[in-house]
Amino acid sequence: MGRYTDNPNAIAALVRGGEVHRDVYIDEELYRLEMRHLFANTWVFVGHDSQTPNKGDYYTTQIGDQPVIMVRHTDNEIKVLYNRCPHKGTKIAIDRTGNTGKFFRCPYHAWSFKTDGCLLAIPLKKGYQDTGFDDSNAKPGMRAVGAVKNYRGFVFARLAEDGISFEDFFNGSLTSFDNMVDRSPAGRLEVAGPPLRYMHQCNWKMLVENQTDTCHPMVAHESSAGTAVQIWKEMGYTEDDPKPPAMEIIAPFMSPYEFFEDMGIRTWPNGHGHTGVHHSIHSKYSEIPGYMEAMHAAYGPERTQGILAENRHNTVYFPNIMIKGPIQQLRNFIPLGPNRTLVESWIYRLVDAPDELLARTAMYNRMINAPTSIVGHDDLEMYERAQEGLHASGNDWVNVQRLYPGPEDFSAEQVENGTTERQMRNQFDAWVRFMTADMPGASAAMQEAAE
Amino acid sequence: MSVTRDDLIDFVYDEARMLDEGRYTEWLDLWLPDGHYWMPLDWQQEDPLLVTSLLYEDLFMLKLRVERLNGARTFSQKPKSRCHHVLNRPAVDVMDNDSGRHVVTTQMHYVETRLDEQQLLALTARHDLAEVDGRLRIANKRVDILNCDAAFGNIQLLP
Repeated sequence: MGRYTDNPNAIAALVRGGEVHRDVYIDEELYRLEMRHLFANTWVFVGHDSQTPNKGDYYTTQIGDQPVIMVRHTDNEIKVLYNRCPHKGTKIAIDRTGNTGKFFRCPYHAWSFKTDGCLLAIPLKKGYQDTGFDDSNAKPGMRAVGAVKNYRGFVFARLAEDGISFEDFFNGSLTSFDNMVDRSPAGRLEVAGPPLRYMHQCNWKMLVENQTDTCHPMVAHESSAGTAVQIWKEMGYTEDDPKPPAMEIIAPFMSPYEFFEDMGIRTWPNGHGHTGVHHSIHSKYSEIPGYMEAMHAAYGPERTQGILAENRHNTVYFPNIMIKGPIQQLRNFIPLGPNRTLVESWIYRLVDAPDELLARTAMYNRMINAPTSIVGHDDLEMYERAQEGLHASGNDWVNVQRLYPGPEDFSAEQVENGTTERQMRNQFDAWVRFMTADMPGASAAMQEAAE
Repeated sequence: MSVTRDDLIDFVYDEARMLDEGRYTEWLDLWLPDGHYWMPLDWQQEDPLLVTSLLYEDLFMLKLRVERLNGARTFSQKPKSRCHHVLNRPAVDVMDNDSGRHVVTTQMHYVETRLDEQQLLALTARHDLAEVDGRLRIANKRVDILNCDAAFGNIQLLP
């Protein structure tokens, strides 16, 4: 126990209006408290239900630092279980995906469990007769997480038994998921292959903040996007010439500040928000033959127009994912330590849409978010420099003050200039609340902080 | 002209040396205009287009990649990375002088380093080579990383 454990006042003091204390990125104790409080009390992304289409299909991942299995139970529902045998602690499944049939079987002593976690059988069971086994912690079998919600195919879980409901937590932000899924004429997405897995030696929150940081693309990515635009000109093309898909994807990164200012940022309560309210770097992609016809047939022209007019850029679902609706991408920023984050970048097929859309999505994923990506390289360089730089003493604070108007209210949806850092401040508002809500003395501390 | 096995084998060795020495203008000149450099994300991946790859780049993207390495504001290359290929003897899978198309497979160890970090990747490179105007060119190149499904930090040069 150090200075932050069960100390909501100390945690609240890390976040001021336009500044946050560097400990939120580098302190080991705060990281452990994030795992215990923040990732237990919020709704965290687990996977997509098309990863486990058949009964017994499972997928292993983690929620915060907790190893879990997402599995399709015999009743066709998705269950999320802690990946631990109640006997000795052995992980039940190690491979990332598989099918376990009607039950899990621990490879150590052959204890078996139904796919909802209930204990099914133990070999030589008479050895537990008259031992009080029925009252043991092993008897209930593999434990399920506190709550699970499958929202239009996207599976989220809350580790805590009690807490905020899914709808209250995400509120208006679910419109971004709706838009992404509605872009399928069938109203359904399917996972397309395994994710990129990109290791970052930095704190997970830097990645989440960068999703709505609209003042970095034209600077950090000048070497890739700027060079692309340069080569394009040298080839004799102008801005208005039709571009190949790669140029359509990368050139908008060099848009001027005004473009990003005008695109707008919307924030929702509990740390969610998105860039690209009015337009975005995804607005001007070419039409794919056959797609509009399929959409019209499914939704009619008016509703199709409504769906495709939304070109939200990055939607952050607090605490640790981002989605891009117009290109059906989800990035999961999985914390592995205060200075270590695994980034998984997933893509999805729009069911009943032409393959060319998925080809563009796959191209975006590898061009921008792969360990081999010339765009990703400069992002990672910035994060890792920041992670090291934050150990410099002399200034304990990180600045998040761009377009800070003074004390802010995050309890209602709001739209602002697209270069504001309000969404980062919104995340820290939620961070303090969900870090401290179940600590003793939390409400008094929150009241004090509000004054 | 008809190529010999040694021509094909030498080509692969020479290409690796160009990459290690950063002779990228020469290297780009090896490529046929419609060639692709493919580095799959998944083990034994068959489709480069509708699932994610680590790389699937045409000559425009390769040129961009190479030009970026020397840019004044290429922050992830300050300081620059260095790389090193160690090749097993390339295996000539197909040598067809009638069509001028040849396939060579090579096992390699690839080392990339920058600052205090160094990583080692085990690779299988497949070169689809074509003889055009009496010269061998790269029609397509596929590089499979043994642990392609592992989480990597930056891989900044060309394995």
